[in-house]
Amino acid sequence: MSLLARGGAVLLLLLLAACGTEYPQNSLSPHSDFAETIHQLYVSIFWWTMFILAVVWIILAWVLVKFRAREGDEKPRQIRGHLGLEIGWTVGPALIVIAIAIPTIQAVFATQRPVSEDAMTIEVTGHRFWWEFHYPEQGITTANELVLPVDRPVNLRLGSPDVIHSFWVPKLGGKRDVNPTVAVREGEDPKYNWLFFTPQETGYFYGQCAEFCGESHAFMSMRVLVETEEDFQAWADRWRESPGALPPAGPEDPEDETELEMAGVPAQADEPDQLEIGDDDPLVAMGRDIFLNQATCLACHAIEGTSAQGDRGPNLTLFGERTTLASGILENNPENLAAWIKDPWAFKPAAAMPGVDYDMQGTAGYWPATALSDEQVRAVAAYLLSLK
Amino acid sequence: MSQTAIKTDWDFPAFAGEGHHEVGFIRTYIFSTDHKMIAKQFLAMSLIFLALGGTLALLMRWQLAFPGQPLPGGGIFPDTMAPGGIILPEFYNSLVTMHGTFMIFFAIMPLLVGVFGNLLIPLQIGAGDMAFPKLNMLSFWLAVPAGFMMLASFFVEGGAAGAGWTAYAPLSADGEFTGVYLGQQLWLGSLFILGFSSIAGAVNYITTVINMRAPGMTWFRLPLTIWALFVTAILVLLAIPILAGALIMLLTDQTLGTAFFLPAEGGEPLLWQHLFWFFGHPEVYILILPAFGIVSEILANGARKPIFGYFAMVLAIIAIAFLGWIVWGHHMFMSGMNPLLGTTFMFTTMVIAVPSAIKVFNWLGTLWKGNIHFTVPFLHAAAFVSLFIIGGLSGIFMASTPVDIHIHDTYFIVAHLHYVLFGGSLFAIFAGITYWYPKMFGRLMNTTWNRIHFVGSFIFYNLAFFPMHGLGLEGMMRRLYDPTQYGWLAELQPWNVFITYAVFALIAFQVIFFLNFIISMWRGEDAGPNPWRANSLEWSIPSPPPHGNFERIPVVHRGAYEYSAPGWDEDFVLQNEPPSEEAVQ
Ligand code: HEC
Ligand SMILES: [Cu+2]
Ligand SMILES: [Cu+2]
Repeated sequence: MSLLARGGAVLLLLLLAACGTEYPQNSLSPHSDFAETIHQLYVSIFWWTMFILAVVWIILAWVLVKFRAREGDEKPRQIRGHLGLEIGWTVGPALIVIAIAIPTIQAVFATQRPVSEDAMTIEVTGHRFWWEFHYPEQGITTANELVLPVDRPVNLRLGSPDVIHSFWVPKLGGKRDVNPTVAVREGEDPKYNWLFFTPQETGYFYGQCAEFCGESHAFMSMRVLVETEEDFQAWADRWRESPGALPPAGPEDPEDETELEMAGVPAQADEPDQLEIGDDDPLVAMGRDIFLNQATCLACHAIEGTSAQGDRGPNLTLFGERTTLASGILENNPENLAAWIKDPWAFKPAAAMPGVDYDMQGTAGYWPATALSDEQVRAVAAYLLSLK
Repeated sequence: MSQTAIKTDWDFPAFAGEGHHEVGFIRTYIFSTDHKMIAKQFLAMSLIFLALGGTLALLMRWQLAFPGQPLPGGGIFPDTMAPGGIILPEFYNSLVTMHGTFMIFFAIMPLLVGVFGNLLIPLQIGAGDMAFPKLNMLSFWLAVPAGFMMLASFFVEGGAAGAGWTAYAPLSADGEFTGVYLGQQLWLGSLFILGFSSIAGAVNYITTVINMRAPGMTWFRLPLTIWALFVTAILVLLAIPILAGALIMLLTDQTLGTAFFLPAEGGEPLLWQHLFWFFGHPEVYILILPAFGIVSEILANGARKPIFGYFAMVLAIIAIAFLGWIVWGHHMFMSGMNPLLGTTFMFTTMVIAVPSAIKVFNWLGTLWKGNIHFTVPFLHAAAFVSLFIIGGLSGIFMASTPVDIHIHDTYFIVAHLHYVLFGGSLFAIFAGITYWYPKMFGRLMNTTWNRIHFVGSFIFYNLAFFPMHGLGLEGMMRRLYDPTQYGWLAELQPWNVFITYAVFALIAFQVIFFLNFIISMWRGEDAGPNPWRANSLEWSIPSPPPHGNFERIPVVHRGAYEYSAPGWDEDFVLQNEPPSEEAVQ
């Protein structure tokens, strides 16, 4: 039975080895105040438990070997208990519990302390199966890639229109459920959850929906980009002044609009797209035309500076700057993007976006297939990637 | 029932079946009211569901190790589950949900409560049967249709429930979200019916233990199995109705248009979590307290020594059961709970470590200076102690609210719960089955094969579940259909493949156990009345015991753990053995 002890040692080594390596969603390498607090607590609990485990395993292994029955053994003495020992192993664990509870309580209140005045509020909405980020101060809405300035406290307001999700970016520390916040009784505010922390290093962090939310729950990931204050401001400015890239390619065809109306999409007020030509790649121009004028995309997606103002899907402004696609599950490149537009369900079953081949009926209503040729899909992809 | 009125100088009667009217096949094997037969029926049922739950686990592990690759022989699945043998995400979600549901409600719970409760309570307290034999029969015959209903949900339109075994609302409350309508309703109905089965059992156990103990069987002479089962029955009686209420509310949300848990119409999804876990945490102890009892029994038997700190062991069981009611919030630390409330739950949860530690150290004390015989049941019981402690200690991480922020809903939790339910409950169940098999069937299981099963299970169990701690800390979340979707998890994929192979091996060793179990019924060695040379009352009568168990009501003279008492030739004395002249007290 010393096998037990030996096996334990090997497994312990394995565990330690696993902790040492840097994986993007590793919870043991803190990069925010929040995560740091938790990490210290984790380490102290780790050593307490290892100590207890070692004590129990060593005694167990030793007892099993030492007191195994042998030929000609005497009857063992009847020992019914030992008051001193029993008090000892009641009080000992109780003290350890207290030793763990005190720093835990401190950490609870450190990670849930009231929000500081200068914190930047961001409204996070968990949708099935993507994340929406709205910056009320800046008037920005983006999706799936949260951009944060370093060293500025942020206060995330978490809400959802459908089921429970959970916002989780391990290296920045937070995991908190995103509860449904729809339809509350009159005069009541929805019960938002809040998550408050200060990122302390610039970098690229992985996050994830951590509460089971349906078929594609496993594909509901996200990224957090922590940038310097200047970079963050520059990004915000780019967003606000987003050209929607390229002016309209020629006068809009009124027929297309009626088609759209028939598909249940309200015709958009014609805003002249006031911006200069950034790129006159004909494929991009064609894609833009399709996106804004021919397909149903704009009913769900918004692109700042264009007539696309839908809010059922991710806001695609500056989409070309995104590193990932479809809430962090695909690299953002022309092939993946085209494949996604053609058939989102191939990557994310039950996602609330119709592909080009089939109709979709879901919580967002009825959506006809978009019916685009491969060429057209490539053009739309090129257009979206040009949004920088 | 005055003690003096009872004849105490009786010897082993050879009376199998004597004096009882013959009953037909159906009354003996199907609608039996004999507690031993009902225990065997529960055993058969729950082993079948255990095998089913294991099969579901195999399918999941295949998908996790080899996502997108067709399952060998997967062609038999319809296109709604696994077209071309490739498991669909919605089917995977059903697998996750149903694996948990079958294992917890239809395998481990009936094994511990249904089988050992039925078998041991009358035998160990010296009663002829349960207080309400017909209710007992009803209890089994409610569990069976509940199981079929659960099973049937795989084959209805939309497939089986896919909202997780915890069925969090609103995901579970509106079929719109999962595409599962009827399947979820069958799930709810099935558990509702099963609840009545459990309640009927619990009422019976409580009444029987209180009223039908043999003369001289005082509360503190009871075997710890009986204490554990008695306290468990109280938990069942109090916890199941809460679940039943919640299930009905969810069912009406699904079918009648109520909105208890649907936020869109003003419902409160968090209410489901509170109700579910207010039932769910006591349920955790329903699944572990009987295991504590079984393990105590077998460790003392293996060490040939009285249990160390019997009284403290009883108090610890009661304390754990009590504390179990005030910790449910630890499942909801992430739900946005007020930090003060969270801290309270954190503290009550950690306090459970104290009675748990008392139990572990008392077990070690029992083995200390013993004369340890490594019987197969003993091996399983010792493994229980070594594995349960891992599950208990990983629980401390989760109890610590801030640390839980990281590990909540990751594979760390999956590791923890399998250390408690497999390393804990299931190893205790193996200990119990191998220990009482001779009492149930009159024959011994084959020891060699049993040892092989033990070694294989112990090794591959750890290889399968221990690495999950690491995966969880790396950020691998649970209920994850395809880990390779994430770049960094794809790098860790070798671990998932490794775990899957370990699970394959683990299951292969369970096949050995099943075969041994069945074959030994005919081919096993004759067991005799007391193969383990144990003290409690069931070992004083033939194996299997006849209808009515005891020819005369036994009179109990001592506690259940008088191993190696001085003054006796043997190192055990039956509880009903009259005191001998020479025995020194
Ligand atoms: C019914 C509304 C709807 C329509 C119509 C629609 N989408 Fe989407 N789209 C969505 C939703 C919802 C998502 C988020 C899916 C997810 O990740 O779960 C999405 C995601 C995307 C993404 C990825 C966004 C990101 O943040 O990674 C792109 C690109 C996209 N859609 C392009 C298009 C194009 C091009 C069209 C027109 C051919 C279109 N969509 C039509 C709803 C729609
Ligand atoms: Cu999710
Ligand atoms: Cu619990």
